[in-house]
Amino acid sequence: MIDVRNLTKSFGNLYALRGLNLTVSRGTCLTVFGPNGAGKSTFIRILATLSKPTQGEIRIEGKDIFTNAEQYRNRLGVIAHATYLYDELTARENLVFYSKLYGIPDRDATVNRLLDEVGLGKRGNDRVRTFSRGMQQRLSIARAMLHNPDILLLDEPYTGLDQHASELLTGWIMKLRSDKRTIILITHDLAQGLEVADEVAIFLRGRVAHSAAASNFSNKEFQQLYFETVAGGREN
Amino acid sequence: MTLVYKDLLSEFRSRETISSMLVFSMLVVAIFNFAFDPGSAYAQQAAPGILWVAFTFSGIIGLNRSFVHEVDKGCLHGLLLAPFEHGAIFFGKMLGNLIFISIVELLTLPLFAVFFNLQTLQGLPQLLVVILLTTLGFSAVGTLFSAISVNTKTREMMLPILFLPVVIPILLAAVNATAMIFDGKGWNDISDWLRLLAAFDLIFISLAYLTFGFVVEE
Repeated sequence: MIDVRNLTKSFGNLYALRGLNLTVSRGTCLTVFGPNGAGKSTFIRILATLSKPTQGEIRIEGKDIFTNAEQYRNRLGVIAHATYLYDELTARENLVFYSKLYGIPDRDATVNRLLDEVGLGKRGNDRVRTFSRGMQQRLSIARAMLHNPDILLLDEPYTGLDQHASELLTGWIMKLRSDKRTIILITHDLAQGLEVADEVAIFLRGRVAHSAAASNFSNKEFQQLYFETVAGGREN
Repeated sequence: MTLVYKDLLSEFRSRETISSMLVFSMLVVAIFNFAFDPGSAYAQQAAPGILWVAFTFSGIIGLNRSFVHEVDKGCLHGLLLAPFEHGAIFFGKMLGNLIFISIVELLTLPLFAVFFNLQTLQGLPQLLVVILLTTLGFSAVGTLFSAISVNTKTREMMLPILFLPVVIPILLAAVNATAMIFDGKGWNDISDWLRLLAAFDLIFISLAYLTFGFVVEE
């Protein structure tokens, strides 16, 4: 279970997060929505240990993530709109590089399996700079899955993807969800975000303005709630 | 070593960093060669300074590029997410920078010896030690400041502004030791400068390693 308590992040006088509280049960997929500047990406960066909070804490199964950061990062996979891939290296070289960083024992077999799984088995020896945005994002999924993480953070992974690539990504998130991994997804796409979610949260001005089970809403109902919440600044 | 290998492979493929460093370095040596009469007393006096001007500014070109590839597609985040201490990233990047700068220095040196009519072979071992110790400290400080400046809008300008005042002690020691070597002095004569360079290296590497984690954290 991910337990976020009183999470606050300020940059000088500017507050990105203001005492955010949130609980994510193990094996569930939480989709976080919110307008620009709501604190979604700051939240993900802190959750990924890339940034430290000004105040508050995040505990996973009772352990503070910053106290056990290296151990925690071994359980964490991050897929963002930035792919974390090196253009001059081939798809295979990128995965081998990251698998060395994670100390994966059966490196070649793992890399080959993941390349096949994301449909890039035949393009493994091509440089990443020759890949389309959709292919790069698929390779980015393989990169994030190298060490078989049980917690996945997805920060606007749909950015820049065409319809087909978006559908493929949704399929992948569904597959990861069915593996009972804990997923936190940030997206601006209400329909796609709702489709994959077990739970939804709407962030507004650095706080959770609304959170509920995704099954409570149809697409239309959720859209209405979202726009009412964002326009009216309503919090539950 | 994984990070060093990745940097070397990327550079081998793109060849953008070393080639620009090398062109700059050789241009500096060539321009100063035309400015001074080769073999003249002025040229002999200015030679150590010219050599280190070429090394320093070509080194800054390389250091400026060091973290650009890491932030272009968020790769630095990919590194920071790996389950090891962030100081290991510093050592990997520093070692990569040390190799790139050393390659350029070693390729520039023969051209410099020809242009400035120097009998460098005689003091070559001493000169190589000075270059290695200087480049080590230079790379340590440069890697740290490169990580700082890469996230600023004016990174090309920011790095030399931050970096050069800090490495002045290293450069002073390097220029003085090089001048003594060009004057035909031996190991004993330059030993004080070598000790000073080694001490600076130790201090700078330790400080840069300890502060790197804070620098890359957002």
